[in-house]
Amino acid sequence: MPTKIEKDSLSGQNTTGHEWDGLKELNTPLPKWWLWTFYATIAFALVWVVIYPALPITGATGTSGWIAREAVVRDVQQAEARMAPMMSRLRAATPQQIAADPELRAFAMAGGRGAFANNCASCHGAGGQGALGGFPSLADDEWIWGGSLEAIHQTITHGVRANESDDQRQSMMPRFLADGILTRPQVNDVAEHVLSLTNRATDQAAATRGAVLFAENCVACHGEKGEGNRDLGAPRLNDQIWLYGADKASIVLSISNARAGVMPSWGKRLDPAIINMLTVYVHNLGGGE
Amino acid sequence: MGEIKTTDRLKPEATVAEAAPPSLYADRQRVYPKAVFGKVRSVKWAVLILCLAAYYLVPWLRWDRGPGMPDQAVLVDMTNARLFFFWIEIWPQEIYFLAGALILGAFALFAVSSLFGRLWCGFTCPQTVWTDLFMFVERWIEGDRNARMKLDAGPRNGAYWARKIAKHGAWLLIAGATGGAWIMYFNDAPTITRQFFTGEAGVMVYFFFALFAGFTYLLAGWAREQVCVYMCPWPRFQAAMLDENSLVVTYRDWRGEPRGKAKADGVGDCVDCAACVHVCPTGIDIRDGQQLECIGCGLCIDACDSVMGKLGRPKGLVAFETLNNLSASAAAAASLPPGPQRQQAGMEARRVPRFIRPRTIMYGAALSVVALVMLGAFLMRSTLDVTVLPDRAPLFVRLADGGIRNAYTVKIVNKTHDEAPLSLRLEGPAGLRMVVQDVEAQGEGHYPLARRADGITQYRVFVTAPPMAQLAETTPITFRLLDGAGNLATSQSSAFLGPKP
Repeated sequence: MPTKIEKDSLSGQNTTGHEWDGLKELNTPLPKWWLWTFYATIAFALVWVVIYPALPITGATGTSGWIAREAVVRDVQQAEARMAPMMSRLRAATPQQIAADPELRAFAMAGGRGAFANNCASCHGAGGQGALGGFPSLADDEWIWGGSLEAIHQTITHGVRANESDDQRQSMMPRFLADGILTRPQVNDVAEHVLSLTNRATDQAAATRGAVLFAENCVACHGEKGEGNRDLGAPRLNDQIWLYGADKASIVLSISNARAGVMPSWGKRLDPAIINMLTVYVHNLGGGE
Repeated sequence: MGEIKTTDRLKPEATVAEAAPPSLYADRQRVYPKAVFGKVRSVKWAVLILCLAAYYLVPWLRWDRGPGMPDQAVLVDMTNARLFFFWIEIWPQEIYFLAGALILGAFALFAVSSLFGRLWCGFTCPQTVWTDLFMFVERWIEGDRNARMKLDAGPRNGAYWARKIAKHGAWLLIAGATGGAWIMYFNDAPTITRQFFTGEAGVMVYFFFALFAGFTYLLAGWAREQVCVYMCPWPRFQAAMLDENSLVVTYRDWRGEPRGKAKADGVGDCVDCAACVHVCPTGIDIRDGQQLECIGCGLCIDACDSVMGKLGRPKGLVAFETLNNLSASAAAAASLPPGPQRQQAGMEARRVPRFIRPRTIMYGAALSVVALVMLGAFLMRSTLDVTVLPDRAPLFVRLADGGIRNAYTVKIVNKTHDEAPLSLRLEGPAGLRMVVQDVEAQGEGHYPLARRADGITQYRVFVTAPPMAQLAETTPITFRLLDGAGNLATSQSSAFLGPKP
């Protein structure tokens, strides 16, 4: 507690009354201008609360009626208005025309990057690298449904097995074990044959038995040598890219229960111009054909 | 250095029991510097004209850089992020050249200060130059020292206001020209001058014009010596560069003291006319010794020399002198009475100042090292760079045949106006194949890449390793850019990534 408040002879101010080893401290109050600035900020805040939405109550808009969401909507509208001429050109053009026009292509690549990050990256990865378990890479050189600009445009617009568009990519692999088409040993034999397509079979006898079963059950979609069929979305089985894992256990599981990846139809969700931009962008990730 | 006077309030017994506490605030004493003529003043005029001419005229110098490029010799182009200085063009990433120039300037300032004292402060500092110019205008409109003092002390009548308005008007015109020249360094001078007066210039242009005009008027018109005494940090630490061998403006007290009437007997040469005080732009008395307020302009030398000349006495009672010489003279003259013998003995005791001493050698060495490094960096400055950014997502892509592919963004940074295409080659383990997206190969692994003049051109490059390449997780590779004749223009090393083997 302050003990002895005294007047300092030199400055004419009072001391705080504290004393430390003979040292005394002047009681220097905050400058008046500082205090008044502080009071002014309080007054400003009160006015602010009245004019702008500040209270955490639904419908509290303040007397000005200003709402942050409306400001954002206005900003977005302004940005869209600025982009509108370019977007209408992108809407009217085909992906091929966009890819051939340097100006449209530069715009599509920049816009496609953003649209890809917003809509596609959650499954296909930030760089289109895909993920094990059914999310195909868009940067490699294998395509389930085709890697030309038209094929990519078709897939993005209508989706895969999402039942959102009549023109969707549609096919169905039978559940060979679950539906009783093949027995467990037969599934094992087919898996060995599939492994032999990439020279990885461990049991030649089983693989030979599996070849017969493969010819009866699988070639219609996957082809005689496992070369796949893009019209049916049947992936290649004789290459190094395995969407659901390359090991035998994964292959057995795929044959037993079947696989069917799903992708939404973006035609009803995105502007045709954005789908065109995405098409060009995806085509440029490294695997475009 | 000057003796520190012990004031009463610092004495221990004076701290208690005083009726009226003294104020800690000192009011500004207005300074009315008197006109002066002489050698130093002439040099100062010459320096002033040179500095102002350089400042106002340099933006108007032209330098042809070809079509599409600014033709202003010295230009800071903010919009295009370029700094033009005659034949040199600096990109933002090379701004260290500017930093180097500033370091060079600092060391030069240290070296000059240790040799010749406050030459910078007294002659070339913008505060001194502009204040000098403003005082010249003031003297021209309001008259010399006595007339100005009388005007300020006299009635506030029509003549008073007419002179004040004329003076401030002239000051504002100069300040406006100062701010006007500043914006020319950042814009094309003829264009911005026209736009400035037609109101087409941008807000930033008017802002910086007002900023520099306002502060010129404030600092050179109103603040003056207070800038040097209270605001500027340089006087506070420049004492670290000065020593007893530096040339400083000094009063030869061994010769001048004791002061007295010109015709009195047994007195020194100083007649106490206060001419040195009246001309001082910071309002101090040089005879009090070395002071922080002294900017070393040497006008007191001219003032004293003219008085000594009229009295028929030798000049140099106030002079550029080293403190070593001052004490040597004082020691030689100590035992002699005032008169020609004392004068002779004192002057003979002086020696040529020691310009070469550890301090100046150090500053000289630092100056040379920085200058050499700058020169080296400038001569080896690259005008063509290639940067290679490997894709991070994904690090690599496995292809259907089991091969591995990496993608890179290759940027060609071209600081010249040469647009001849360069050939990109990949150097790495055998089997790696390179493809540049959207560029057609001419021959095996040879891609002609167009480049923008004075800009950056970007390419996407794919490098593929065959299925059985047996590469490590990280393989060093190098991208080489060859010019038309097949010589190496520049190269950049990078890495080819793959799965763990």
